[in-house]
Amino acid sequence: MGFPHPNHPKETIVLSQYFGDADARTYAGWVKRGGYEALKKALGMAPEAIVEEIKASGLRGRGGAGFPTGLKWSFMPKGDHKPHYLVCNADESEPGTFKDRELMRWTPHQLIEGCAIGAYAIGAERCYIYIRGEFTEPWRVMTKAVEEAYTNGALGANVFGTGKRIDIVLHRGAGAYICGEETAMMNSIEGRRGNPRIKPPFPAVAGLFGMPTTINNVETLTAVSHILNRGAAWYKGLCLSSPKSTGTKLFSVCGHIMKPGNYEVTMGFPMKSLIHDLAGGMRPGRRLKAVIPGGSSVPIMNAVEAEAALCDYEGIVAQGSMLGSAGFIVMDDSADIVYEIYRLAKFYAHESCAQCTQCREGTAWTTKILERILKGQGKREDLDLLLDLSEQMTGKTICVLSDSCATPIVSGIKKFPEEFDAYLSRAKAPALAAV
Amino acid sequence: MSGTAHAARHDAPDQPVFVGQVKDKLEALFPSYPTRMACLLPALWMVQEARGWISPDAIAEVATVLGLTPAYVRGVATFYTMYHLHPVGRHFIQVCGTSPCHLCGSDEVMKAILQQTGCGEVGATSPDDRFTVIEVECLGACGFATPILVDDDFHDSVTPERVAGVLARYP
Ligand SMILES: Cc1cc2nc3c(=O)[nH]c(=O)nc-3n(C[C@H](O)[C@H](O)[C@H](O)COP(=O)(O)O)c2cc1C
Ligand code: FES
Repeated sequence: MGFPHPNHPKETIVLSQYFGDADARTYAGWVKRGGYEALKKALGMAPEAIVEEIKASGLRGRGGAGFPTGLKWSFMPKGDHKPHYLVCNADESEPGTFKDRELMRWTPHQLIEGCAIGAYAIGAERCYIYIRGEFTEPWRVMTKAVEEAYTNGALGANVFGTGKRIDIVLHRGAGAYICGEETAMMNSIEGRRGNPRIKPPFPAVAGLFGMPTTINNVETLTAVSHILNRGAAWYKGLCLSSPKSTGTKLFSVCGHIMKPGNYEVTMGFPMKSLIHDLAGGMRPGRRLKAVIPGGSSVPIMNAVEAEAALCDYEGIVAQGSMLGSAGFIVMDDSADIVYEIYRLAKFYAHESCAQCTQCREGTAWTTKILERILKGQGKREDLDLLLDLSEQMTGKTICVLSDSCATPIVSGIKKFPEEFDAYLSRAKAPALAAV
Repeated sequence: MSGTAHAARHDAPDQPVFVGQVKDKLEALFPSYPTRMACLLPALWMVQEARGWISPDAIAEVATVLGLTPAYVRGVATFYTMYHLHPVGRHFIQVCGTSPCHLCGSDEVMKAILQQTGCGEVGATSPDDRFTVIEVECLGACGFATPILVDDDFHDSVTPERVAGVLARYP
């Protein structure tokens, strides 16, 4: 069991309001808190009107790419008489990210309601929620909540007596980061190896089981009921900086930080305050050295960039990185940047599906070269070799896992050259034993 | 292998898994998917829950039940790291070692676990067949470092000092 923190006055609490409140997990408890009103309202609306409302809210995907959700929904064909599917991405495996886990553990009905509304809006009668295999506790909570939702008529053949059918099927993953990539996820649900598919065709045209499909992240879908309840204008108004980034966002903060946890703030909130006020700042006597803000697949930021950044899609780009899945990996001056980047490369090498040569070979070789540097056996040319490999790994593969491995490496070499130099010049003792 | 209950189960010739309740459970899933193949991951989970691991005979049985070939089922099973294609200890421990947890001291937790379980090294099973310990990538719980999974139980904020208390719960 984790431990939700008391709300900080600077947070804007929408999605995380009931974290730590066990009663909110039950159907009755959720209804008592206003739950399922949005679904009832949605079922009385035309699907197109829901899509328009979500478009107007400015909601963008919280799974990493930030694609506008309403626009994505509008790509689903109309009047095609084919089954449509909604897939909820609960594979959360991006290092540094642990928000979807908490959303499912504490507010399963918030997600079920969002999935039901999303399914109805895109003309789907079935939604698959793909939960990573390691999430045993969220799985148990979600299983119970889905059962309760069926018992109470919020799911099934005749949702709330409207004659509309919405089913939710929970599908358990089995240990593969790559299945978080949307086309790999579809293969995994179909009972195949989790290899990403070549696009086009895009999922809205030919997705799960060859049918029109929309895939959304857990956090994206949990925002939907709030938008329907309180209106697109309210959601759009939650914005401190760029008008292209609206609403609230859960930021997972971990690593070298006093109060690790999920913090919900309005888009555009200053990263400096998020790290130093809300998350309690550095351990005594330590200074901030670096932050990887998007989960691990984005450029590393130095302390100056991090403390200048505004937390939204545009604000983090302006400081040389990306919002990604908004998991902040915080490092203080005791961190060994070279080692942490090596450990991330090892992660990507382990998780590559090995379909594309650049990724299969690139993730493995960059890991080996970084390992050599950490063993005190690096050569000066190794940095050029790493940069060259990274370039070959970027923009050339079916999915972006390969790019994700290259990104922290390239930015690490550029922004922390002295840390690599310390190993290459043998000024620093090897971090790994030479064998 | 030593003579524990679990090991005996591993040594027994494979009885079919998909009979009685397990068969019912699998068949109850069929309407949830337009193809039988889509029940493959759930079927493999059912085998592992019943047996502790997925043997070649079980792979053949899954293939028959779902109308697939054993080679296909094996090809899928090998893709996913959580399926055990070899017997493991009575309790299976997964320790996160990815950067965020590494920053918070997961190496020390791993050391304590390897020592106190008697596994000695990552990937090994203890001589009494009680534990198998592996290092895994991010468990999606980086704010609660170091998280570990023991079988299906999640333990957060594990420190070297807390290891003994956690292990004691798994005889
Ligand atoms: C290698 C890789 C891993 C991914 N992992 C996840 C994940 O764990 N969770 C997630 O929601 N999206 C993940 N994504 C992004 C999805 O492909 C997809 O963009 C997202 O689920 C769409 O939902 P959204 O529009 O609501 O963000 C991953 C992408 C890649 C390339
Ligand atoms: S890095 Fe350990 S749980 Fe994410």
